[in-house]
Amino acid sequence: MIAVDALRFSYPKDGFCLEIDEFNIETGEKVAIIGPSGVGKTTLLKIIAGIIRPDSGKIHVDGVELHQLSDAARRNFRITRIGFVFQELELLEYLNVFDNIIHTYRINPVLDLDYSVRERAHRLADDVGLGNKLARMPGELSQGERQRAAVCRALLPNPRLILADEATGNLDPANKSHILDLLFEAAHRANASLLAVTHDHELLPRFDRVVNFRTLLDIRHIPPFPEGRSANELARHF
Amino acid sequence: MQHDFYLAWRYLCHHRVRTIILVACLSLLATLPLALHVMLDAGETQMTARAESTPLLVGSKGSALDLTLNALYFNAANQSHITMAESDRVGQTGWADPLPIYVRFRVRGHPLVGVTLDYFDFRRLTIAQGNSLAMLGECVLGADAAEAMGLKPGDSLPTTPENLFDLSGVYPIKLHVAGLLAKSHTPDDQAVFIDLQTAWVIEGLGHGHAEGKKPSQSYGLPFGQVENHLIHDAKLLTYTEITPENLDSFHFHGDPSGYPISAVIALPHDRKSSTLLKGRYIGNEEAVQLVQPLETIRGLLENIFRVGILFDAVLALVGAAMLLALGLVFALSMRLRQRELQTIFLLGCSKTKVLRLVSAEILLLGLASMLVCLALLEFIQLYAGGLVRLFITP
Repeated sequence: MIAVDALRFSYPKDGFCLEIDEFNIETGEKVAIIGPSGVGKTTLLKIIAGIIRPDSGKIHVDGVELHQLSDAARRNFRITRIGFVFQELELLEYLNVFDNIIHTYRINPVLDLDYSVRERAHRLADDVGLGNKLARMPGELSQGERQRAAVCRALLPNPRLILADEATGNLDPANKSHILDLLFEAAHRANASLLAVTHDHELLPRFDRVVNFRTLLDIRHIPPFPEGRSANELARHF
Repeated sequence: MQHDFYLAWRYLCHHRVRTIILVACLSLLATLPLALHVMLDAGETQMTARAESTPLLVGSKGSALDLTLNALYFNAANQSHITMAESDRVGQTGWADPLPIYVRFRVRGHPLVGVTLDYFDFRRLTIAQGNSLAMLGECVLGADAAEAMGLKPGDSLPTTPENLFDLSGVYPIKLHVAGLLAKSHTPDDQAVFIDLQTAWVIEGLGHGHAEGKKPSQSYGLPFGQVENHLIHDAKLLTYTEITPENLDSFHFHGDPSGYPISAVIALPHDRKSSTLLKGRYIGNEEAVQLVQPLETIRGLLENIFRVGILFDAVLALVGAAMLLALGLVFALSMRLRQRELQTIFLLGCSKTKVLRLVSAEILLLGLASMLVCLALLEFIQLYAGGLVRLFITP
C-alpha cells in the first residue's frame, strides 16, 4: 500500500530535514508510529497524503506514484483514497454534524454527493452513536462526539488508506477505545491500511505493527537546535 | 456551484450578526443614491404636473418662483399681495377666466387657502364627505389635512391670530368644517379651503357684531336728525363664529376691489388669448407680473438636479470609503478563518474552490443587499409622492 524509497524533505525556514531510506506498509496492515514530538511523524503523514511534496525520493501509495503527480492530481488522490483523522482537522463550526460528515463531497467535484452517499453518512453516524445528533452544531457536542464525527467524515469516501495523527489524544479512555474500534472496523471492512501516529502506548498492542520513528529515519537539523543539541544527540534520546 | 452556495449560505446564517451588518451597509449604500433619485423624480413629476395644469399666473412683481410656489403649492413664502381688481382686470380682457387665490394664513400647520368655488372645478377636486362651501365661515379640508387634524364635517376649526398683540388685524373666527375633499395626491390634500370672503374676514376686512343701541334721546344736530344713528360702545358684542343667525350682521368695509389676494390663476380660452394676455403684462410698469408656472418650475428643477449631481458625487465618495471599510472587514474575517481554510485545504479543497466559496458568500451578500435595496426602494416609491408633497407644502 505504501512504499517510501530514499525520501528526503526539508523545511528551508527552520532547517529541519527528514530522510527515510525505506518504509513500507502492506494493504490492510494496521501500523502505529511512535516517537517524540517534532521529529517529523506528522510531516511523513502529510507526505504520504500528498499534502506536501518531498524534495527527492519516491513514494508510492495505493499503486500511485505520488511524487510524480501535480498539485491538483495529488488533491484529488487525497480526497478519494485517503481518510484523515488529524487533530488539526476540526469540524466546521457553521455546519451541523451531518453537513460536516459529507463536507468533503462539497469541496471537491471529484466526489459526487448522491443519495447513496447520504445514506452511507447516516449509517456511519448511526454506527458511531451520532445518529440522533446529526442536526446539532459542533459546539453542542462533547469532545468525543466531535472526534467521532471527524472519523465519520474521514471514512465516508471509503478510503484505501486511513491516516490518523494523535486521533485519540484529547479523549478519555472509553472514547479512545471507541475511536480506535471505529478506525479498525472501517479499515477491516474496506481492507484498507491504517497508519496512526500515537503517543498512547496502551493502544499499541492492538496494531499489527509498531514502528519506532527513530529506526526509520536519519534526522538532521541543519542549523543546531536552540538548546545546542545536535541531531545525533536527539537521535540518541529516542 | 450548488455546493458553493450552500456552504456560503450556511456560513452566513451561522454568523448572522456579521451578515446583517454587512447587508445593512451594502443595501444602504445602494439605496441612498437611488432613493434620492426616486424622490427627485417624484418631485419633478408632481411639480411639473401641477405647473402644467396651471397655464398662467398673475401676481405681484418680484420672485416668479415665490409667486409660483405660493399659488401652486401654498408655500408660505413672504409674497406681496395684489388686489382683487387684478382678478377683475384679467376677466375683463375677455381672454381668460380668472381664479383669484389668497394664501396667507395657516391653521394648525396647514395652509388656509381662500378660493372661489371655480377653483374646485379647475383642480377637479371632489367632495368625499359633507358638502362644498356654501356659507361664510365654512371650510373644506384636503384629505391629508383632515386626517392630520382628525376633523370631519360638522366639526369646527378655530383660526388663530398671527400673534398675541395683533389686536386690530387678523380676526380669529371659528370655521365650520363643511366637507372633506377626496384625495388628489396634490398639495391640495394638505390645504384648508375657505371662501375668499371668509379669508378677508380673517384678514380683518370684514366682521360681524350685535346691533348698536338706538339713542335714548334725540340730539339736536345742526343739519337735522340723522336716520339709523346707532351708538357703539365698548361692550359691543363682536362675533367670532359665523352662524346662520348672525350671518347678516357680517359686513365689509371699503372697496372690495382693493381687497388682497395672493395671485390670479388665469385660464386663457385659447393660445391666441394666452399670447395676448402675456403681451398685456410685458413692460407692465405696475407692480404686477404674469408668469408661466411650467417655465418657472423647470428652472427650479434644473437647479435641484444640479444639486442632485453634487449629492451623487458626495455619495460616490462615501460609498467608495464604505466599500473599502467592508473590504477590510472581509479581509480581517478571512484571517480569522485561516484554520477553517487550512482544514478544507488539507481535506482536498483547491485554492480556486476556496475563492469560489468566498465569491459565493460575496454574491449572496450582494443578492440579499439588492433585495433589501429593492424593498426599500419599493417602500420609498410608495410614499415618495406623500413625502415630496410634505417637502413642497411646508
